[in-house]
Amino acid sequence: MKSGYSYIRIAIALLVCVIVVAPLYMMVAISLKADEQQVLLDFGNWRAFWVWPWQMSLDNYRTVLGDKQAPFLRFMFNSVFVVASIVVVGIFVNSACAFALSRLRFAGRGLILALIIALIIIPMEALAIPMLLMTARSGQLETYQAQIVPFIAHPFSIFLFYQFFSKLPKELDEAAFVEGATPLQVYWKIILPLSLPVIATVAILQSLEYWNAYLWPLMITRGPAVRPVSLALAQFFGTPPYLWGQLMAFSVMMSLPVLILYLLFQRWFIQSVVSSAVKG
Amino acid sequence: MSVLRTRDTKAALMILSPGLLLIACFIIFPFVLAILLSFTNQRLVPNLNAPTEFIGFSNYLRLLGQPEFLQAFVNTFVFALIVTPLQSAMGLGAAVLINSRLPARNVFRGIFFLPTVMTMVVVSVIWFALYRLDGVFNQLLSLATAGYKGPVDWLHEPWLAMPSIILLSAWQGFPFQMVVYLAGLQQINSELYEAARVDGARPWDEFWGVTMPGLRNTHIFVLVTTTILAFKLFTQVNLMTQGGPVGATQTVVRYIYEQGFSRGGVGFASAASVIFFLVVLAISIGQRYVFRSEEEVR
Repeated sequence: MKSGYSYIRIAIALLVCVIVVAPLYMMVAISLKADEQQVLLDFGNWRAFWVWPWQMSLDNYRTVLGDKQAPFLRFMFNSVFVVASIVVVGIFVNSACAFALSRLRFAGRGLILALIIALIIIPMEALAIPMLLMTARSGQLETYQAQIVPFIAHPFSIFLFYQFFSKLPKELDEAAFVEGATPLQVYWKIILPLSLPVIATVAILQSLEYWNAYLWPLMITRGPAVRPVSLALAQFFGTPPYLWGQLMAFSVMMSLPVLILYLLFQRWFIQSVVSSAVKG
Repeated sequence: MSVLRTRDTKAALMILSPGLLLIACFIIFPFVLAILLSFTNQRLVPNLNAPTEFIGFSNYLRLLGQPEFLQAFVNTFVFALIVTPLQSAMGLGAAVLINSRLPARNVFRGIFFLPTVMTMVVVSVIWFALYRLDGVFNQLLSLATAGYKGPVDWLHEPWLAMPSIILLSAWQGFPFQMVVYLAGLQQINSELYEAARVDGARPWDEFWGVTMPGLRNTHIFVLVTTTILAFKLFTQVNLMTQGGPVGATQTVVRYIYEQGFSRGGVGFASAASVIFFLVVLAISIGQRYVFRSEEEVR
């Protein structure tokens, strides 16, 4: 009886695996077929998920990488640069805010904290149009800074840092203050080095969020100079005819870095999603 | 002590200032601006013949009288109402599966989580291929009905377009709920299960009697966050159906985008943004309130 149950479980688990992996598998299979005619013939049957060794070729990848009009590597750099800037600068700015709010005593502390927590609820989508007007009027369209600066301060990240800092023992900084350390020194030398878990959480959550950004870069970028890679794929996809082999090669190449990071730091990825939830 | 306090205030303001300044410029200011602009006829590109004027509530009145806006709201509500329970159930199911005695459960968990790591643009491209007339879904449909049901145009059939978007969204999103539920499951006291087993409970009774009540707080969190995420629906719709066919997949965010960006009606779109924000706020407060009052009764 017991073993019967677990066979059913394994069967269900394998079925879920197929459902999850099949679309991704098809992406890879199609990307390797240089013959677009073959891709179209294979769409409706099992061969959509299969590529014979003699059909296999990297031509699609070569074409995407060699496209001068839409320089893939440039788009990729734009994305990495924007996301890395937001995350790295954001970690310092947001953790500094949380440090002051959780470890220092000053007038108005409770008010500022309540305000920041209240701001978590405002969706970026509701601010997009006034921010578009601000960006356009200040001549910042088509720039990196317009994709970076507005997103550095992040109320939810401040909240995550705040929760973590509040749990650190008070004796840590009290001892340092007695020895004459300034708050900035306590932040930099004592609190921040202890915060690697929450830094990882915030970094992963923000990276996923801004790697996925679509609405904002859709409105404020156009050319390859600053446009992120997901928007480049969206643009390629939005201009028929569909060249499926190349579309899939593009998709594989832009997903690969994230997938590799995920495989390397799987535990951290999942942990960060979980800790974003442990507040209810 | 008072010396320490004044020093603290100065230092605290200094340490807070970069973050507070950015929040003031890029969250509070645009928020206030959205409210102010919603009472004007502001254009994205200035028009010398039509200077910006205060026009009172006419944006709001126009919006509420517009069938397209109301349809966008209804569509978004329908999407949220279906995708939230669907995705949460899928996440809970996967979590229970992984939490049971399953070999190589960490491997399964790692694979199940994959869709959430994929960018929505990539997911949309892949699923667009799956939904083709000659695609895999039509093949499966024809197999399931023994060829009785011909190919269906999943994304261009008015009654089918939204369900198709829902299916792909749930596929991409469920791993998030899964890992949150998994964390919730692991916090349930295992003695409760043992007690239930002693009382002769079957797995099904155990699930409803121990697991579901034990996940109370997790349910609240998952429902609130998933509903709000669902309300922001934009990317997949903009890429795959452009709100069509005949507005069947138009959403509030896409409406705001079209009015404010494509048509340049910043004032009008700001009014829509304000309504959008108020609805998100109401849902969030409403859900929390409902669950909180239940807790008090208990």
